[in-house]
Amino acid sequence: MAATDVDVFSNEEKRSLSLGGHVGFDSLPHQLVSKSVTQGFCFNILCVGETGIGKSTLMNTLFNTMFENEEASHYQNGVYLRPRTYDLQESNVHLKLTIVDTVGFGDQINKEDSYRPIVDYIDTQFENYLQEELKIKRSLFNYHDTRIHICLYFISPTGHSLKSLDLVTMKKLDSKVNIIPIIAKADTISKSELHKFKIKIMSELVSNGVQIYQFPTDDEAVTEINSSMNAHLPFAVVGSIEEVKVGNKMVRARQYPWGVVQVENESHCDFVKLREMLIRVNMEDLREQTHARHYELYRRCKLEEMGFKDTDPDSQPFSLQETYEAKRKEFLSDLQRKEEEMRQMFVNKVKETEAELKEKERELHDKFEQLKRMHQEEKRKVEEKRRDLEEEMNAFNRRKVAAETLSLSQPLKKDKDKKN
Amino acid sequence: QSDKEYVGFATLPNQVHRKSVKKGFDFTLLVAGESGLGKSTLVNSLFLTDLHKDRKLLNAEERINQTVEITKHTVDIEEKGVKLKLTIVDTPGFGDAVNNTECWKPITDYIDQQFEQYFRDESGLNRKNIQDNRVHCCLYFIPPFGHGLRPVDVQFMKALMEKVNVVPLISKADCLTPGEMKKMKDRVREETDKYGLKVYQFPDCDSDEDEEFKQQDRELKESTPFAVIGSNTVVEARGQRVRGRLYPWGIVEVENPSHCDFVKLRNMLIRTHMHDLKDITCDVHYENYRAQCIQQMTSKLTQDNRVESPIPILPLSTPDVETEKLIKMKDEELRRMQEMLQKMQQQMHEQDL
Repeated sequence: MAATDVDVFSNEEKRSLSLGGHVGFDSLPHQLVSKSVTQGFCFNILCVGETGIGKSTLMNTLFNTMFENEEASHYQNGVYLRPRTYDLQESNVHLKLTIVDTVGFGDQINKEDSYRPIVDYIDTQFENYLQEELKIKRSLFNYHDTRIHICLYFISPTGHSLKSLDLVTMKKLDSKVNIIPIIAKADTISKSELHKFKIKIMSELVSNGVQIYQFPTDDEAVTEINSSMNAHLPFAVVGSIEEVKVGNKMVRARQYPWGVVQVENESHCDFVKLREMLIRVNMEDLREQTHARHYELYRRCKLEEMGFKDTDPDSQPFSLQETYEAKRKEFLSDLQRKEEEMRQMFVNKVKETEAELKEKERELHDKFEQLKRMHQEEKRKVEEKRRDLEEEMNAFNRRKVAAETLSLSQPLKKDKDKKN
Repeated sequence: QSDKEYVGFATLPNQVHRKSVKKGFDFTLLVAGESGLGKSTLVNSLFLTDLHKDRKLLNAEERINQTVEITKHTVDIEEKGVKLKLTIVDTPGFGDAVNNTECWKPITDYIDQQFEQYFRDESGLNRKNIQDNRVHCCLYFIPPFGHGLRPVDVQFMKALMEKVNVVPLISKADCLTPGEMKKMKDRVREETDKYGLKVYQFPDCDSDEDEEFKQQDRELKESTPFAVIGSNTVVEARGQRVRGRLYPWGIVEVENPSHCDFVKLRNMLIRTHMHDLKDITCDVHYENYRAQCIQQMTSKLTQDNRVESPIPILPLSTPDVETEKLIKMKDEELRRMQEMLQKMQQQMHEQDL
């Protein structure tokens, strides 16, 4: 029904009227803003980069706070993702910030599967949201949105080009999340090397068809700054939470024997640009893009996989509910059939085993009979032998007695002979 | 009087010196480590030449399935009449692919090949002009971006430590502040002990050396692994022209000992321990290889001999578990039958009585 209503509206002529006085609906944006402020905002950052490249330090520097973080070891067996959620507040704005870390990325000798846990994590967050959306009783306004709004990809400052792992990973992620590539630990690259490095990276990304996040240039308020920032990608950043005295101020910096690298000095690194773009200007746009583009793509693919279509062969709009019902029936009948099959198999197996057991029983019985007969045979033989033996013994005894009596009479004679 | 007592063999060192200058020296250095850690730049800085003009670096896409190559550059350099034939063996592609399983195999194969070739030459009839291509030292570059040694570093050093002198270096040292550098060095030393990695050890200096030399030697040993920075460019710093890297926040001087350990490495590698590296390669690594080789050859010979003997013998290969079990069972049965036979004989004997 809703579809036909909209059609009616767009076919009608829209007439613009002029107002005779101040009505007051120009306060709508303010109402929206105050509603969102009361609700609070949520933002999810995914940091992808090798162990020790400076992910945690950069997060601390960006949000000017110490998120608790243990140093990761290089000897993990695989890559796993570690999400941590924090509640931050600035003025009267609440931010539920989730930082997801990739632990063990780039450490294994064989990195062919390194990208997989990351892709799986992103998909899982989309899936959870989709499940919530499809629920009968849903509370989207209350739902803690864990979908990743931005992926910061930390590039190692080799000065030559991207690493092969970087290319492979970014290609897998570019259709699922907004990617902003950044050059980490940029205080090891000199200005001229940096210029060449940035050009090389961007050209490699373009020639391999990797889609990174472009700051939006369609809103006049931010067009200028965004388009100039787009030209500075990838941002070369330096992070630090330690403060060093420069002039008469304490600034966040890194102290070397040959000089001090100031984090917020724009001629030293692009940290300020990153903070500006990521937090101060485009945070809301990142959330929108995630929902309107990446999530919608995921949802479409997922539902198509399940067999849903928007229109059937006759070009009549399908209702989601009907398709769902049909699928469910199909599934249930499938299930029943499988159950039947399994039951049959089970019964057959039982019959077989029974037959086997019977056979074995018979064999055992036969063997028993045989053994019994053998035993009896043996017994008989032994009996015979015993009788023979007894007879022999008797015969022997008789002979013995006879010999004894003979010998008894003999020695008398002998003695007599001896005496003589 | 002293002239009569003076025999004159104190001039031997001078004679050795003269002859060696005439003969010239050779040295083979292997550099290994991932792309982009500054290996070529460091070699250029060490030997103050540009060995790597016009080299082509691969793109990330091409490196996904890259195999490790071995490339050799040989240069003849001369300083104050002393000639050195320097060979740098490079290993492009090491650790760059997505799957780096056993990526050190081409390197160990190369080292073994050089040993084999020398072994054959040494055992040959004409030994006048043997070319020594054995690898005397391997500089292994550890990335400074992590927290210490990574699995691939440990595996590589394990595979090579018995074949060549391994000198681990922390590359691109301008990435770490002094505090971080100390932590990193401690970590690497800890992990080297933990995983039983045998890296090149400096020989202890003689006890009759002066205190200053001993102090230097101690400092040298305590600052391993060396943290190095290389540069192809010359910059102006503190009124001098030096090799260095120019940053907006300062200038890193390659030869400044408070900036990095480049000078220590150069001194160790070239000025003081080059010959010791060669000696250990000849006396330890090569001899190990040679002994192993000969052992393998003789054991194979004796195996062949045994097969030809007329006496039938059990097969040399260990029988599998199954046959062993059967043999045991049959033995048991045999023994039991023998016992029964004995008993029966005894019984019969008794019955006869």
